Amino acid sequence: MPTFNLKINNQTHTVEADMDTPLLWVLRDQLDLPGTKYSCGIGQCGACNIHVDGNVMRSCLLQVSQAEGMNITTIEGLSKHGDHPVQEAWKAIDVPQCGYCQAGQIMTAAAFLEKNPNPTEVEIRNAMNGNICRCASYNSIEEAVKVAAEKMS
Amino acid sequence: MSTSKQIAFSRRSFLKTSALASGGMLIGFNLFNACKQDVKMPIDLSQLNYNDFNAFIKISEEGKVTIFAPNPEIGQGVKTSMPMLIAEELDVLWDDVYVVQAPLDTENYTRQLAGGSQSLRQGWEPLRQTGATAKQMLVNAAAARWGIEASECTAKQGVITNPNGETLGYGDVVLEAAQLEVPEEVTLKDPKDFTIIGQKTANVDIDKIVTGKPLFGLDYKEEGMVYACVLRPPAFGQVLDTYDETAAKAIPGVIDVITIGEKTRAHLEGDNRSWTAQISPSDKIVVIAKTTWDAIKGKKAIKAVWKQDSEAETTEFHDEQLMQILDGKKFRTRRKDGDVKKAFAQADKVLERTYESPFLPHNTMEPMNFFANVTPEKVHLVGPVQTPEDAAKTVSDMLGRDLKDIHVEMTRMGGGFGRRLYGDFVYEAAEISNKIKKPVKMVSTREDDMATGVYRPAIKYRIAASIKDGKITGYHLKEAAINGNMYGLIPNFFPAGAIANYQVDTANYKSNITTGAWRAPYTNFLASAEQSFFDELAEELGVDRVQLHMDLLENVKNNPEPKIEYSPERLQGVLKLAVEKSNWGKTSGEIYQGLAVYYCHNTHVAEVADVVMTNGVPVVKKVTCAVDCGIVVNPLGAMNQVKGGIIDGIGHTMYGELTFNNGEPQSNNFNTYQLIRMGQTPKVDVHFVKNDIAPTGLGEPTLPPVGGAVANAIYKATGQRLTKQPYMNNLQAEKVIG
Ligand code: FES
Ligand code: FES
Repeated sequence: MPTFNLKINNQTHTVEADMDTPLLWVLRDQLDLPGTKYSCGIGQCGACNIHVDGNVMRSCLLQVSQAEGMNITTIEGLSKHGDHPVQEAWKAIDVPQCGYCQAGQIMTAAAFLEKNPNPTEVEIRNAMNGNICRCASYNSIEEAVKVAAEKMS
Repeated sequence: MSTSKQIAFSRRSFLKTSALASGGMLIGFNLFNACKQDVKMPIDLSQLNYNDFNAFIKISEEGKVTIFAPNPEIGQGVKTSMPMLIAEELDVLWDDVYVVQAPLDTENYTRQLAGGSQSLRQGWEPLRQTGATAKQMLVNAAAARWGIEASECTAKQGVITNPNGETLGYGDVVLEAAQLEVPEEVTLKDPKDFTIIGQKTANVDIDKIVTGKPLFGLDYKEEGMVYACVLRPPAFGQVLDTYDETAAKAIPGVIDVITIGEKTRAHLEGDNRSWTAQISPSDKIVVIAKTTWDAIKGKKAIKAVWKQDSEAETTEFHDEQLMQILDGKKFRTRRKDGDVKKAFAQADKVLERTYESPFLPHNTMEPMNFFANVTPEKVHLVGPVQTPEDAAKTVSDMLGRDLKDIHVEMTRMGGGFGRRLYGDFVYEAAEISNKIKKPVKMVSTREDDMATGVYRPAIKYRIAASIKDGKITGYHLKEAAINGNMYGLIPNFFPAGAIANYQVDTANYKSNITTGAWRAPYTNFLASAEQSFFDELAEELGVDRVQLHMDLLENVKNNPEPKIEYSPERLQGVLKLAVEKSNWGKTSGEIYQGLAVYYCHNTHVAEVADVVMTNGVPVVKKVTCAVDCGIVVNPLGAMNQVKGGIIDGIGHTMYGELTFNNGEPQSNNFNTYQLIRMGQTPKVDVHFVKNDIAPTGLGEPTLPPVGGAVANAIYKATGQRLTKQPYMNNLQAEKVIG
């Protein structure tokens, strides 16, 4: 089986995996980074969202072979102490219900606000539209993105 | 209701204390049942026995409080709100309270079930009594040390004070308190003195959730664990015939390919069949692999041939069957007041409508999965299940093992909505591990999860009402559902008691498709149908919709009847509040409003949906919701539940639908099944009725009525009366755009 060198959360890991293995499963099963979640596996829900060179990406669609040489950040590496402004906003609003989708929501919001620190409501809604929350915590997510934007801008 | 309460009861029956070897005081208690007289308290935390007590509180010598809460968390916030009740009466700072999901690798356990919005309602008295009892013992210990009467002392926020102003912390007296008799009588606080209940309190797992810590079943791992994906029949009615595993076995990470099914089948056919066993009787092919991805790939590579074993049903067939039932006479009568037949015969006019709803999958974000390790010593099961006790019994029956050898550990659940009441995934994991003699994690893909579910069944209602001299004189509700839906209490919901001649009839078509409870079972579609019907009735009568409901509720007040569960006063209260807060009837021309008012799952709710037309399509912009759930224990959690229920309700009302062709579900992932997304989400404006009544749950009751509120608003916006869900599929575009 081929091996790959991956740079994740500022650490280099060498993993053995089939070329076509989605990065999602490498993170979860091999690297003990289960914060990135599986829900649909086909790019529809955003539960598996990570940052690749600062852009938000679906780790269920990214093959491990494509991830080499890139700067990957998962929810575990978003901040050292869980205090990224988006995480802080999520805590302040108490967004999660079951919580399963929230890592993906947070990763989407963090990458979005990095690029657009002063978003309008419509921009927030568009940016977050790719992330499903089955518990329908959407009102709180929207509010938390606004709170985080205030802190980040 | 606003004075503090003295309660005397046999405390011995549910509470015991001991000193911990490691320091501090331990209190064991039972939430929903009494413990045996002779049980012993553990002297060490490692010996907590959830068979004797189902919850424990530890108070350390530093005065810190740890609550071992056994109730599983599926997203309704009980892991936060239930400990709040204990902490309130114990009178400690919430910051000094730690909540630990009880370590469930125990000899046994008792009732642990999340569902039905019941946890908080049932825990309201016992949890506060437990906290108050512990506080009283601490005060007694301090008083003894000072040589004064306990009544001379006060306790607040973890500190006991005597008349001289001297103080002792709870931690200072825990060891003495643990030796004392459990008091027979304690005083509960007056609600106006609450300092924790009613405060906005963040979810106790929040830090772990936002940093991605392993909490969920899918995150659970053990040394030597392998992964398994299960290939189940692609269609209901089919069973496995033959298969070829050569290609799967050629995949490097695939360890083995086996079949399971005999043990499940034997259980299904046996005498101890569990109600949670909604599962196909077919043999299933299992791919065992080193990683989840290898197992998924292996499953795809299996070539299986399936054969027909029972009916291959389609959605059209279901529709015909249910319509035939509604047109026929074979019903079971669930409630009968007066004589509807006579009322209909004498009526000036009879209004009759049929309402239709499809099958719905649960689609929890975390797909079904479970860990099992079956060894000669014990059966260890870990994962997200709402009915651990039942799962253990079923596995014990299936594997022929002693119940005491079965240990179930619960993880946080990535959504439940009723799906995790059914233990099919637990049984599969157990059967696999039993066969391969290894620790294994069974993982369903999204496709497996959606296409081999336990669905909310398709249901049709036919509602007829008779009008005589401008009044509603009769009301006849008929339900036709796949497999079964309504149960005995529902016929006592509104409008039972409000209309003199009233009858509810039900009947079922028995299908081989597995069905079960889905968020707000029984009423999730019924409320939509009835609330749409009342809107039409008001129009027919030429009366204001709000007035019609107020008047009907007045009838109930005038004819009190013990079987009626809802309170007409509280329904009127939420209705008035929603009308006021939503600006009902006073909005500008572009906003079309629809109303619904409903009672279910012990809570009273009124909702107003605001719809606007955008590019010829109705869009729900806002929902105003008034809720009477008694005392709001945690406003943050409560708000989440209410808003979630409403938006979830709108999503399924507008878009949710699972159809079948030859027994095969026609959607299996989010590209073919639409869940609501942020862009389609209204703002929800929530108002709680303030009172001192014991709290009721919020996980479910806001969902059922919202479909009716939305349909009624869409009617005003488009002139179309929507009677068939999902509404977006049944709106006629030409009419809309005109
Ligand atoms: S799991 Fe990757 S988008 Fe859903
Ligand atoms: S919080 Fe449950 S899926 Fe989003």
